[in-house]
Amino acid sequence: MPKITINGKKIDVAPGTSILQAAEQLGIEIPRFCYHDKLSVPANCRMCLVEIEGGPPKPVASCAMACGEGMVVRTDSEVVKKARKGVMEMLLINHPLDCPICDQGGECDLQDQAMGYGFDRSRFAENKRAVPDKELGPLIKTVMTRCINCTRCVRFAEEIAGTPVLGQMNRGEDAEIGTFIDQLVQTELSGNLIDICPVGALTSKPYAFKARSWELRKTETIDVHDAVGSNIRIDARGREVMRVLPRLHEDVNEEWISDRTRFAYDGLNNQRIDRPYIRNKDSGKLVEATWDEAFDFIKTKLKGVKGEQMAALVGDLVELESIVALKDLLGKYASENMDCRTDGAQFDPAQRAGYLFNSTIAGIEEADAILIIGANPRWEAPLINARIRKTWMEKRIPIGVIGEAVDLTYPYHHAGTNMDDLVKLAKDYAKKVKAEKPLIIVGSGVFERTDGMAIHQALYDAAEKLGMIKEGWNGFNILHRAASRVGALDVGFVPGKKGKSFKEIVDGTKDGSIKALYLLGADEFPAHSEIGWKTFVIYQGHHGDHGAARADVILPGSAYSEKDGIYVNMEGRPQLAKRAVFPPGEAREDWKIIRALSAVLNKTLPYDTQAQLRSRIYEEWTHLENIDVVAQAQWKKFGKKGKTLKADFVNPVRNFYLTNAICRASDTMKACSESFVRQTQDVLEAAE
Amino acid sequence: MKKPFELHADYQPESFEFTKANKKKVEKIIALYPKGRQQSAVMPMLDLAQRQVGEEGAKMDPPVGGWIPRAAMDTIAQMLGMPNIKVYEVASFYSMYNMAPVGKHLVQVCTTTPCWLNGSDDIVKSCKSHLGIGMNETTKDGKFTLMEVECLGACVNAPMVQINDDYYEDLTPETMKEVLDLLGEDMKPEVGSQKGRKASMALSGPTTLKETAKKAKVI
Repeated sequence: MPKITINGKKIDVAPGTSILQAAEQLGIEIPRFCYHDKLSVPANCRMCLVEIEGGPPKPVASCAMACGEGMVVRTDSEVVKKARKGVMEMLLINHPLDCPICDQGGECDLQDQAMGYGFDRSRFAENKRAVPDKELGPLIKTVMTRCINCTRCVRFAEEIAGTPVLGQMNRGEDAEIGTFIDQLVQTELSGNLIDICPVGALTSKPYAFKARSWELRKTETIDVHDAVGSNIRIDARGREVMRVLPRLHEDVNEEWISDRTRFAYDGLNNQRIDRPYIRNKDSGKLVEATWDEAFDFIKTKLKGVKGEQMAALVGDLVELESIVALKDLLGKYASENMDCRTDGAQFDPAQRAGYLFNSTIAGIEEADAILIIGANPRWEAPLINARIRKTWMEKRIPIGVIGEAVDLTYPYHHAGTNMDDLVKLAKDYAKKVKAEKPLIIVGSGVFERTDGMAIHQALYDAAEKLGMIKEGWNGFNILHRAASRVGALDVGFVPGKKGKSFKEIVDGTKDGSIKALYLLGADEFPAHSEIGWKTFVIYQGHHGDHGAARADVILPGSAYSEKDGIYVNMEGRPQLAKRAVFPPGEAREDWKIIRALSAVLNKTLPYDTQAQLRSRIYEEWTHLENIDVVAQAQWKKFGKKGKTLKADFVNPVRNFYLTNAICRASDTMKACSESFVRQTQDVLEAAE
Repeated sequence: MKKPFELHADYQPESFEFTKANKKKVEKIIALYPKGRQQSAVMPMLDLAQRQVGEEGAKMDPPVGGWIPRAAMDTIAQMLGMPNIKVYEVASFYSMYNMAPVGKHLVQVCTTTPCWLNGSDDIVKSCKSHLGIGMNETTKDGKFTLMEVECLGACVNAPMVQINDDYYEDLTPETMKEVLDLLGEDMKPEVGSQKGRKASMALSGPTTLKETAKKAKVI
């Protein structure tokens, strides 16, 4: 443990700690551009210079210098200040003074540090250099003249995203960052390039010239575009969401977010349902209505409908409170026909360990062997994939895939495509495998077949055989895709003993056994074609998508940015989302709508405030009370004995950019889909 | 300054493959580096590719000197298991890798201080007027490309030029023309000092360390 003194303060640090990190631990700020604590250290910006007493007779780059025993470091001496001023002057030689029209203005590292180390005038009389801008797709805007060649983007693309297409070309004055061959950066994490760029060279294209950072209202909340539960900050102005940024949460998303999380926000303004609608009996068209009319209409329609003739489905983006409220409402009718698995997945929801990401997301880094089954984590949860890649980068662990062989940004052994291959693998490796902490990641898509229950049990057996379950280690993980799913499963929004599952409910609408169906944000299946026309359908949600297309009455709800709520991510981690903006028009918070409807139906639910509703939730499901704490689930047998089919696993996500109602309404996501997914498909088709 | 890379230029061939003889050389080059460090072979392989293109180009009409097409960089990246961009980075960084076609004889005139003090400006002028081209241009017959470079480390015999692999030193505008004329007729002018000096000794022979020079059989 080297002892080091920085500015007279002593500190013990772990071997290998750099001076910059040690100073950070002491709370001493050292300016930097190229250094980023999640990336490798190139030491090329030279801004973090410090003086080592008795060391080399020149300032030293503190990011790349490891602490030595007894080192005495000064970060505030005259030598250091002069050196940093020199570096800053050098960086500003070719940097345009266009801060007033630069989107990074106000949150720019270079701007901030120029306040501390810059001169008030330039001594550089020559022409500044100009660098041609690069085309990086519909998400990232480039102004390469502003680039200071810190190479953070190059390292991010190579190390974190695993798509090494960026590089530094040429040398000296002609040095520039680019892809050289006009390639797009094909990664689901490309938006993070904007965050790590310390200047305004890489900025957000959809956000370009829309707002200044200091005029935005910042709300710390949770993302719903996948089941990771990324911590985000929504920046809004007035009633409009202007942009979405990541927040640091080492156990969930570190400091990255996926492109869907970051750029789908423009979908919040399109295709919105901002008032109730009732389908006219004669014309078959949806007609605007008031809340009272809509509620009265529901009341008349539900008259005489028995409990077992009612059913409810919840979609992918719904928060926990309204799920519980809807469950309670169905309970008042003694109906058990409810399901949250609108993708048609069939698995045994009785055991919590059977549907959680048990190892936790941070736990991936402890694994020493990973087997991915029937999933493309790169598209189903890009941040899980980034974690797997991080683990592979650090330890080069063996990774196996059973299912479709797709590019996951790290090498893996393709061990098969169907259930039989897994059984064989489990048999072969049961004794041979040396891994201490093996991990299995099962895509939720594998259950979307008729043999889902049997697969669930086969997976239990395989996990046991492969030694996934040990004292203090549970390596059995289900990779969910919907933000609402685990929460809904936790509160038991699944068919009761006599209840009907998703498939049975849909079939029930056709044979007439289901007379009324409540869709709470259920947009992930083609309701228009699948639900029988005789069933009375209530749709409550925020976007005019699949669900609304079939509805007989539409109740306008709010999107994730417009309501407070609890979301439980795939690990079983409950997190609080906060309201950033108000819902449009007459839309209301979802649980309030259900509560109000219950009063109209004379089945009044026993809570008037969200706090009361939450204490109702915490009473029955105590583990959800501890926000941001993962309650480990007990490992017990799950699944149902049965024969598994021979069919190959199929990855459920075919287009990363269009997976939910918000994305489908987003122009940015459509553009991404056009330039990234279509292009790849064309190439693949041409290859075939 | 070398010519910049052009992605969509007509001259970029669609594919590149090392010749049989060069493939053997490639194996030898890669074997020089420890396992897992094969990427270190990228520089000698780029050089090999450039030489191969140059050898093939010399037989063409008009002739072409050695340069590295994009296809060659992609091939090398694939052979070494590294991202394409890493090869582009290396190739674009070093001035001796040509990213665009050059003439059969690449005339690189040193204009750094010692050469400049000894009249490199006149050498540049005589090259330009004799070949009828400016800097970074190629003659119509494809035989010469003129290029300005920084110090090539032969300051003692300044001014000097490098033409392909050979140094021509102690130049005057006249001797420069002679060298170019001989090369233009596919003859081989004598390399090294054009004043008749041996290495960097004085014209009259060594003034010091005479015994050592004798032992080494330089005089």
